Amino acid sequence: MTETRDPYAASSRETTEGTVYTVTGGDWDEMVDQTAGDERIVINMGPQHPSTHGVLRLVLELSGETVTDARLVIGYLHTGIEKNCEYRTWTQGVTFVTRADYLAPLFNETAYCLSVERLLGVEVPDRAATIRVLLMEINRIGSHLVALATGGMELGALTGMTNGFREREEVLHLLEFLTGLRMNHAFIRPGGVVQDLPEGYEERIRAFVKVMRDRLPGFHKLLTGNKIWRQRLEGVGYLPLDGCLALGVTGPILRSAGLAWDLRQVEPYLGYEHYDFEVPTDTAADSFARYLLRVEEMSQSLRIIEQALERLEPGPVMVEDAKIAWPARLSIGADGMGNSLEHVRRIMGQSMESLIHHFKLVTEGFKVPPGQACVPIESPRGELSAHLVSDGGTRPLRVHMRDPSFVNLQAAPAMAEGGMVSDVIAALASLDPVMGGCDR
Amino acid sequence: MSGDENKPKPPGTGAGGASGPTGASNPGSAGTAFGPQEIARRDVSGSTAGRAREGMFGIQGSGDTSGFGGLRLPGYAPAPAERPYGGWFDEVVDETTAALADDGAADFDTCVHQVTVDRGEMTWYVNREQLVRLARTLRDDPALRFEFCSGVSGVDYGEGVPQQLHVVTHLLSMTYRRRLRLEIALELDDARCPSLVEVYPTADWHERETWDMFGVVFEGHPSLTRILMPDDWNGHPQLKSYPLGGIPVEYHDAEIPPPDQRRAYT
Repeated sequence: MTETRDPYAASSRETTEGTVYTVTGGDWDEMVDQTAGDERIVINMGPQHPSTHGVLRLVLELSGETVTDARLVIGYLHTGIEKNCEYRTWTQGVTFVTRADYLAPLFNETAYCLSVERLLGVEVPDRAATIRVLLMEINRIGSHLVALATGGMELGALTGMTNGFREREEVLHLLEFLTGLRMNHAFIRPGGVVQDLPEGYEERIRAFVKVMRDRLPGFHKLLTGNKIWRQRLEGVGYLPLDGCLALGVTGPILRSAGLAWDLRQVEPYLGYEHYDFEVPTDTAADSFARYLLRVEEMSQSLRIIEQALERLEPGPVMVEDAKIAWPARLSIGADGMGNSLEHVRRIMGQSMESLIHHFKLVTEGFKVPPGQACVPIESPRGELSAHLVSDGGTRPLRVHMRDPSFVNLQAAPAMAEGGMVSDVIAALASLDPVMGGCDR
Repeated sequence: MSGDENKPKPPGTGAGGASGPTGASNPGSAGTAFGPQEIARRDVSGSTAGRAREGMFGIQGSGDTSGFGGLRLPGYAPAPAERPYGGWFDEVVDETTAALADDGAADFDTCVHQVTVDRGEMTWYVNREQLVRLARTLRDDPALRFEFCSGVSGVDYGEGVPQQLHVVTHLLSMTYRRRLRLEIALELDDARCPSLVEVYPTADWHERETWDMFGVVFEGHPSLTRILMPDDWNGHPQLKSYPLGGIPVEYHDAEIPPPDQRRAYT
């Protein structure tokens, strides 16, 4: 005889801390009836909850509907990326760090590679730098679109979500065409990029820019003027400039408080000083301002993409130094991408030294002079940097990703406490944390 | 934490020395684009930086050709930079010296026992007793204004290295657009460091992570608990003595061997 029970019914059990209720959504009323009279409720939200922006757990102490104390619990997506990097070559490290902040993989790769290159004392060729800028700005659009889409979903604006993800699909299609993969590209490598852009890249990118120019104003039509959207976001998640600085918050949140701090302009890297673009700021310091900034930043990224296309001159995409650059030239063969036939012919039939060199560089990797370096870049979420320490060997002694999601999340209690439960969601969405980067 | 038995030794003394940036300071190029620099390797023979590992193909006692190379590298120590440091580096040191002299307590040389300039980045090796006071001065002095703490993390330089555990703090002055690295070298069995939370609230989670990953105790931290690993986890995973893999997996009674012990396809 099977027992039928409603898995979604509210259940409760007694503990030393008091009664613990399990509530799944439709049964709030039941719990509220039972707890009537209690002044203080502690809610555990997440780590699996559709509105916490990933595997993030919130412990909220409520008085009525007002949050009196918010505590964040992270670590559910810790994958040991930093530890793993210590066991792989400097080149292989790229494939690890790209998986940290999975919405901004090309930024992780660039931050890591810039630090490796500073340790090596090499500078990438112009074409490689421009390709990196181009890819990062395409990626920034994709990341901001997910921020809008998931933020919209969490607040119940489901068309915001479907539109955001539809637009982001354009980004992923383009990145797949350019780098071979939708995410986790490992396309940017120490010394440059792994290969040149494929034929026909310019038309594809220009078509993409045109599509995005057409569709981005749609967000203003759909959300900016929307009364509910404004009511949910305006004045919510307020964090003024001094709070941002004390808590180490960067990115659109810092700029929404009025400081035009964008590392692309204040500490330019990869030739960003040659691009003409604006850093939008606001002074409202609330969730709505952050939403507006993200939409505007996407338009600015489109400008940078167009300028990068103009700046692309033919040339090498990897440093000439044969001690660092990947030895093989890749090409498409009958069985997919692999070492080019000329390269195989050379190392197998003509030059023993080339074979030894290829083998050493591929298995052992290159050596990096001892020392430490840290090059910050502006990721969609703020300051991202890789602090790298080398002991002079072929593997890093230490890799530390300073991820903006990790730092910015610290500000969530300051934004949420004293507000309503529903505003916690809006504040959190405006922070746009990516737990892959936060927990690494 | 008091008394001078805790006073850290300066890195770079003795065999091996604390590893860190080595650096030919290059005064002329500081503040401009940094091209390749000559890396001065100091003679610290007889010591290694990092743990000796067995090679991927079971090779021992030689230079190794695998990615897991047990290459035993000569130890090196970060070279102290000499005046002039170049660029704004001199100015920051001068201003800090003046600011620290104002209140009559320990002077700059007591607070910072070594200044290193390498690859265009400045690192101060700080005596831990003076860290909080130094950070407060750096933050508040109008001529310094390091108002932003970018992060705190740890580095383990491996067994056999004196003062193998380092706590690294990155500071940023948005006013002057300067970046400065503070580094504290610690012995593994005395891994205690003052907390910066009272000066930079953002250090809270960073220090919890450094405790979690390296076992550094930050004295004065409001709630130093684990942050990435589960609360009941044993050990500190980022230490070099902690293996990669080989940890029994909770709930599954399974174990994944470390990479150098996995099945070989030969």
